[in-house]
Amino acid sequence: MTELLATARASADAPVPGRPAGRLVTGLRRTGMALIGVVVLLVVWELYRAFGPVAGVEIGGQRVLPRADPRSMPGVLEVLRTLTQQEVQVQGSRTVAEAVLASSWGTLRMAVGGWLLGGLVGIALAVAMQRFRLVERGLLPYVVLSQTVPVIAIAPLVAGWGGRLQLTPTLAWQPWMSVVVISAYLAFCPVALGMLRGLHATTDISRELFTSFAATQRQTLIRLRVPASLPFLVPALRLAAAQAVVGAIVAEISTGTRGGIGRLILEYAQQATSAPGRLYAAILGAALLGLLASALVSLLDVLVLRRGGQR
Amino acid sequence: MTPAVRIENLDMRFSTDRGEVHALSGIDLSIEPGAFVSLIGPSGCGKSTLLRCIGNLATPTSGRVQVGGRTAHEARLAHHYGIAFQQAGLLEWRSVQRNVELPLELHGVGKRERAERAAHLLELVGLADFARMRPSELSGGMQQRVAIARSLAEEPPLLLMDEPFGALDEMTRERMQAELLAIRERTGTTVVFVTHSIAEAVFLSTQVVVMSARPGRIVRIVDVDLPSRDEDAREHPQFFAGITAVREALRGRTSAALHGDDR
Repeated sequence: MTELLATARASADAPVPGRPAGRLVTGLRRTGMALIGVVVLLVVWELYRAFGPVAGVEIGGQRVLPRADPRSMPGVLEVLRTLTQQEVQVQGSRTVAEAVLASSWGTLRMAVGGWLLGGLVGIALAVAMQRFRLVERGLLPYVVLSQTVPVIAIAPLVAGWGGRLQLTPTLAWQPWMSVVVISAYLAFCPVALGMLRGLHATTDISRELFTSFAATQRQTLIRLRVPASLPFLVPALRLAAAQAVVGAIVAEISTGTRGGIGRLILEYAQQATSAPGRLYAAILGAALLGLLASALVSLLDVLVLRRGGQR
Repeated sequence: MTPAVRIENLDMRFSTDRGEVHALSGIDLSIEPGAFVSLIGPSGCGKSTLLRCIGNLATPTSGRVQVGGRTAHEARLAHHYGIAFQQAGLLEWRSVQRNVELPLELHGVGKRERAERAAHLLELVGLADFARMRPSELSGGMQQRVAIARSLAEEPPLLLMDEPFGALDEMTRERMQAELLAIRERTGTTVVFVTHSIAEAVFLSTQVVVMSARPGRIVRIVDVDLPSRDEDAREHPQFFAGITAVREALRGRTSAALHGDDR
C-alpha cells in the first residue's frame, strides 16, 4: 500500500506527463490499477462462495444475493479448468478455450467490419450534415432516434432483406454480412455525432481567415474542419468500437449466425446446469474481445497524436 | 492613380432580436496606395464592420466598396489583401512555419517556395528560431507576430488589421508597432488598421479616420505628418498635435450625440 502511494506520488511529481516516459509510467500504473480491480472482484467472488449462505439471501421472497453453490457460482479455478476441457466427449474435439478463442475471433472480425462500415457512414453523414444545413436539420433527429430502436427488432429485418440479395452472380448475401450491418448500425451514431461536433468546433476567426484566403469549401473542410474534428472523432471512434462489439454479439444471437461469441454464449447458457463454468468462460471471451477492441482504438489514438505531433 | 480602397455611400444595417441596428451610415472614404489609415472610434461605431466590408467578409446593405479598382468580392478572390485580427487565430495542429505557409498552400504555391517565403517572413517578424514550434508554445505577442507574418505571406498590396495589438501589454505593443512600421517601410503595402488607442493610431498612421457610434459615421479625417516614425516621434510636438486633433474629433462628436439624445 505504501509502495503504491509512493509510486502515485512519484508520478504526480513527474514534470511533464506528456513525455513518452511519463506516458509509459501513467499507462503502466493504469493497467496495474485495472488488474488490481479484477483481482479484488475475484477475491470477493471466492469469499462469498466460501462464506455466503448456500440458499442465498431473500428479502420478502425476493432473492437479493445469489446462492453460494457451485452451480450458481462456479469457482474461479473451476472456470479456468473448464477452459482446458473438451467441448464434446469425442476424440479430437476442440477444447472450450479453443472454442471461446475461435468464436471471439469470429466476432471480432465482424465487429471490426461493423466498426469500419459504421465509422465511414458516420463520417460521411457528419460531413454532409455540416455542409448542408438542410441535411443536418432533416437527418440529425433520426440519427439520434435510430439508437432507440432495439437491435433485436432491426436484426430480423436486416437478415430478411439481406437474404434476398444476390451481390454478384457468384456471391450471395452471407449471414455474417447481416451481423456487420447491424454492428455498423450501432457504431455509426457516436461517430456521426462526435464528428459533426468536431467539424463545427472551429473558431469564428479561423473561418473568416479561410474566407479571406478565398479557400474553397473543400479546402476549408480538409485543412480546417477535419483537423479540428480529430479530438472529437477519436473518442467517438472508441465509443463506436464498444458499440460495434455489443452490436455484433447481439446481432449474432438475434439472427442466429454461427461462429461468433454471441452464439457460443447462447449455447453455453443452455448447458449451464451441467457445466456452469462454460458460460463464464464464454463471458470471459467476450470481455477479452471488448478489451482488444478498445486497445485497437487506443492504437489509432496514438497514431493520430503522433501524426498531429509531426505536422 | 486608382485608390487602394474606395468606399462610396456605404450603409450597413443588421436586424437583431432587439430590432434593426444601423451600424454604418453614409460612409465615403478613399485610401491612397501606400497610405496607413487607422479607423478609430468608440465601441459599436462599426469600425470593425467597415474593415470587414473592405475585406468582403461582410456585405454592406447599400453603397459601393472598391479595392484596388475591383469589387471587394473580386479583390478577395484575387488574394488582394492579407488580414490579421485581435486574436492570432493560428491553427493549433500546425507548426509556426506551416501556419505562415497556410495561405500559400491554399493557393497552390509549391513546397520549396512556401518554405523559403515562410522562412523569410519569420525572419522579418523575428521568429526564425521558432519555425518548428507549435503556436501554444509561443507567447501572445509571438503568436500575433506569426499572424502578421501569415497576413504578409502573399505580399498583398493591402493589409487589413483589426486591433492586432489589442490583447498585448504596453511594452510588447510598442515594439510591435515599430516592427509593423519597419515591415511596411520595406513592403510599401497599404494598411487599414482598426484600433481604439488614440496614441497608436497617431503614431502609426498617415491618416486617422475618426468615427462616431449609432449610426457609425465618419466624423473627421485627421492627417498626421510626423517627421519620423521612430521612438523619438512619440515625443514630437506633431505627435501631440495629432493626438489632440483626434481626441477633439472624438469628443466633439460624442457631446453632440449626447445633446441629440436629450431631445
